[in-house]
Amino acid sequence: MNDKYREDLMAALDVVPSGSSIAVGGFGSSGRPDALLNALCDLDKRDLHVIVNNVGDDYTGIGRLVVEGRVRRFTGSFPILQSFYDDYFAGRIELELIPQGTLAERMRAGGAGIAAFFTPSAAGTMLTDGTFPLTYADGHAAQYLSPKETREFNGRAHVLEHGIAADFGLVKAQQGDRLGNLRFRLSARNFNPLAAMSGRTTFAEVEQLVEVDEIGPDDVHLPGVFVRHVVMTAAPVPAGPEYTASLKGSV
Amino acid sequence: MTATETLAPHLVGRTRDEMAQRVAADLSDGFTVNLGVGIPLAVPKFLPDGIEVFLHAENGVLGFGDHPGDGNEDPDLTDAGKRPVSLISGGAIVDSALSFAIIRGGHLDATILGALQVAENGDLANWYVPGRNPAVGGAMDLVAGTREVWVCMEHVDRKGDPKIIPACTFPLTGHAVVTRVYTDLAVFHFRDGGLVLTECAPGITPDDVRARTSAAYTEDLE
Repeated sequence: MNDKYREDLMAALDVVPSGSSIAVGGFGSSGRPDALLNALCDLDKRDLHVIVNNVGDDYTGIGRLVVEGRVRRFTGSFPILQSFYDDYFAGRIELELIPQGTLAERMRAGGAGIAAFFTPSAAGTMLTDGTFPLTYADGHAAQYLSPKETREFNGRAHVLEHGIAADFGLVKAQQGDRLGNLRFRLSARNFNPLAAMSGRTTFAEVEQLVEVDEIGPDDVHLPGVFVRHVVMTAAPVPAGPEYTASLKGSV
Repeated sequence: MTATETLAPHLVGRTRDEMAQRVAADLSDGFTVNLGVGIPLAVPKFLPDGIEVFLHAENGVLGFGDHPGDGNEDPDLTDAGKRPVSLISGGAIVDSALSFAIIRGGHLDATILGALQVAENGDLANWYVPGRNPAVGGAMDLVAGTREVWVCMEHVDRKGDPKIIPACTFPLTGHAVVTRVYTDLAVFHFRDGGLVLTECAPGITPDDVRARTSAAYTEDLE
């Protein structure tokens, strides 16, 4: 059996080089792979391009990566965290803002061998006409998101969006087995199957490691063919404002 | 007459709950709808007897219900605003790609959302005020994919300026997507691409509405 379970999460994840693109599951803290995200920080990975729906509203998960200055570029729909915007307007982070449904489909397409697709979402808006600032410098927009190719179908404008095949995928599931078969729980599923498909090499952290066949074939939400490594999740690391204050004090 | 001259007297139309109640009265049994943040979230508590709707949340929940009660919150079951919810009988969970296939594919009956501005051609601006922090979420997919896009908002902004205007000045969420507008003062429908005033709130006259609306529209009061 190709046993994908890795007892040493840190050793397994250390193959991720700084500078990588990483698709991440989760919607806020729901279904977010915190053990893997914390390990990226503890392994001092930097210059990352994260493809994830939200940053979250605190300093856990993606928020920790941001506040520690490890994110070069964010591709997603809903950053929200003030520290993220501070970095964006200060020119320290690139914001590729795209509609949430476009993000989900781009991840799916990237993992499904679909190079690009046309969607009506955001057609004729500043997210697709080349006027949305990708980066800032000296308080002004420095670079803009590229204008997207537009084509009419059935009388409606659509824009061309490219699939995202990320270097790595980081996801969380409630159950997983040693073959990487995953089962999610309720709305913690969200972007996880898509981030797993998008990643060329995907890590899944699971709450429960179950025996092969314990998840029946009809109940597998994502088959192990999309998963390279399975690790156990950890209790969430509290990283609230106190953590950030201590971090800023130490820099 | 300019909008500034109409600042006083302040009109008392529908309250936020009464606006939600007015929208709820237009929902049909069996509708699947998506609710944006703000006033739309209050719509479910005013559904008429015998009307059951399925509430869709962008994060992949079909058929969510009320807050489960203190102590029963489940971090794995939230709506798109990350509030704890319950599931009603017949509810289902999907991933984000399928959730937006439901949206983009036209499988929702209506999406009810707030707005910064609505233009007289149905253009909608509701995601971004330039200079503030940008975030878009699923708004552009919702208005692109849903046949019935109902805006539920205050008739004028905090300065008293109209929000139903000739052309949006804020960045657009979608072109000619709005089909109805429910405000504290009135109800409008878009018919054949034109804006039509169909109803004034109790105690509000067509002249009151006209004085606080800069968009061109016709009247077809019921």
